Amino acid sequence: MYQYTDFDRQFVHLRAAQFRDQLERWQSGKLAEDEFRPLRLQNGWYVQRYAPMLRVAVPYGELSSRQLRVLAKIAREYDEPEAEVYKHALATQGKLGTHKLPTHYAHFTTRQNVQYNWIPLSKSADVMDLLASVDMHGIQTSGNCIRNITSDERAGIAVDEIADPRPFAEIMRQWSTLHPEFAFLPRKFKIAITGAKEDRAATGWHDVGLHLVKNEAGELGFRVQVGGGMGRTPIIGTVLREFLPWNQIMNYLEAVIRVYNRYGRRDNIYKARIKILVKAEGQRYIDDVEAEYKQVIEHDGAPHTITQAELDRVSASFVPPQLATRVFRSAEATDADLRAQAADDVMFARWLARNVAPHQNPALRAVTLSFKRRLQAPGDASADQLDTAAQLADRFSAGEVRVTHDQNLLLPWVHAEDLHALWLNAREAGFASANVHLLTDMIACPGGDFCALANARSIPIAEAITERYQDLDELDDLGEIDLHISGCINSCGHHHSGHIGILGVDKDGKEWYQVTLGGSDGSLLSGAAQAGKVVGPSFSAAEVPDVIEAVLNTYRDTREAGETFIDALRRVGIEPFKAAANGARFKVEVAA
Amino acid sequence: MNRTLTLIAAEDHVDNGDPTVLQLPNDADPLAIEVCLDDVERIDLDFPKFTDGRAYSQAFLLRRRLGFKGDIRATGDVLIDQLVQMQRTGFSSAVLKEGVDASAAQRQFDRFAAFYQGDAVQAAPHFVAAPETASEPSA
Repeated sequence: MYQYTDFDRQFVHLRAAQFRDQLERWQSGKLAEDEFRPLRLQNGWYVQRYAPMLRVAVPYGELSSRQLRVLAKIAREYDEPEAEVYKHALATQGKLGTHKLPTHYAHFTTRQNVQYNWIPLSKSADVMDLLASVDMHGIQTSGNCIRNITSDERAGIAVDEIADPRPFAEIMRQWSTLHPEFAFLPRKFKIAITGAKEDRAATGWHDVGLHLVKNEAGELGFRVQVGGGMGRTPIIGTVLREFLPWNQIMNYLEAVIRVYNRYGRRDNIYKARIKILVKAEGQRYIDDVEAEYKQVIEHDGAPHTITQAELDRVSASFVPPQLATRVFRSAEATDADLRAQAADDVMFARWLARNVAPHQNPALRAVTLSFKRRLQAPGDASADQLDTAAQLADRFSAGEVRVTHDQNLLLPWVHAEDLHALWLNAREAGFASANVHLLTDMIACPGGDFCALANARSIPIAEAITERYQDLDELDDLGEIDLHISGCINSCGHHHSGHIGILGVDKDGKEWYQVTLGGSDGSLLSGAAQAGKVVGPSFSAAEVPDVIEAVLNTYRDTREAGETFIDALRRVGIEPFKAAANGARFKVEVAA
Repeated sequence: MNRTLTLIAAEDHVDNGDPTVLQLPNDADPLAIEVCLDDVERIDLDFPKFTDGRAYSQAFLLRRRLGFKGDIRATGDVLIDQLVQMQRTGFSSAVLKEGVDASAAQRQFDRFAAFYQGDAVQAAPHFVAAPETASEPSA
């Protein structure tokens, strides 16, 4: 993991002090509400349906166990609303049918960050100090600025890796932090970076998507995609450069974002993302960026060219950790043990097959701790669970975890011979659902139970589908399926990119759900990134599980041997699935 | 960082039609200005709302790209929490919005001694201006 320098550490502490100053001026009336709002947003503080929400930045998803323990402490000691606030929230949500609003919790997001739903604003500065004590912050996790940069959950360990994206992600994190020119862009700006062949970071869906690639001469560079995004107008990013030398990335991004800052629309919030500018201007935008880049290089002297020394310095933080020495055992012997353990216990066998991935180091594995299980919302973790995850990281993974885009935790440094012991511990902690990439490993936003923007609740839909699909044999048989649920068109639950997408909509003050099919995040399984297609008018919450079941039954009826859901859908087309989904409507009337 | 930005009270900012003062709306392209910048002493850039950040790019282009040496002044919705970034992008004066209490302004400049990225004042980023060495990071 990146090791903070004194400069980095002091910077985060100063930022916390700055926030305290702003908070106090707001509290004393010296800063008006609308003047304070963008300042708190750029530190991660939203005001949600009932209480503030804090989004903590987890740069490219990497966390140490020490940081995880502080996140647990924040959940335990600060994630608690005032009694009146909580009473009001329970009463209001109760009318909708939500009777459980967990407190003392943290939530993992699709952008690898961590959120809290109940911390009172009066305690916010104390929480920022606590975060700073472990080199953490909420800088630019919200607001119309360059947001936290996301990456591949298997960065630095993936077997299909061309180059480790983390040093570049860190250098870009520093460059984007408190950038003076780009703090008030037309709209938020999200960058994702990957260094592997497989895209595990949904880069095509980002304002800027970066792929580390090698050119014919074997030199390292970036394929640069600009103008992807979800929301009302789902668009996949346009490739601006097939190959940009690695050391030029910040000079190039400066041009990309400067042109956007000057010409992006500010008159309509729904047309303010860079995707709209790229789509509207097309080649003219690209020409402007290239002309500006030329000026940055030739006139300004390419000031943000990454030096080899800086890349080396940052890369030194990302060498694999020193792992405890083991008595030498051959890979064959370890494999034989694992096979024997798997033969003994079918649950362990399933977990090995689903939650364990290969590693660059053949003695190691990457293990996903699943936060998709009954009775808890996708990506939710209690204070105790965060502490338990920290213990598992210390014991099995050199003290490191990764927050994944799919809202789970990944242990990146697990010895193959420890897998069985880890599984036993994970099972006891409730982290061992053998469902990674299966239907119940769904993405869901907090939705209308917490979020002020949501049109409908997401969590009860996730819960209903999770309850219906508890049979692991059935889940395995259905195979890998991306189910994504958003509570509104802002698309935090990435419904556009789900093989099956569910979108909450509001009709006459009631919750309805639009279902889309055939979306892709750009992974090998899902094919080129694309938005799913709507199957028809929206469904009631009660209908949704039946609709999903009808769609999945259609898959079972049409698939060829070994064919995945998404492949079957692409082969036969959306129509039979659409017909099945619409046939699941009006269940009550038909039955009557 | 040292404050070089001159703070001007709203009542002291007068627009008397001085021909050496250029007022640039924030959707104007500074690179397309047709007057000779040598004859201009001051350019006023506008913040219609403080959340509209176009003037930061305008200031940067005027200072860095066009090498304008005169005064670049921030006008409009100017609050103290944006003063540091104004100075960093090339502004040399700022007219505080009416009613803004300037007493907390100085400590915004005092807080951060340095920043990560280069800007219109100091072109080099931190990693070039004050490079760290790989062996230095504390645990």
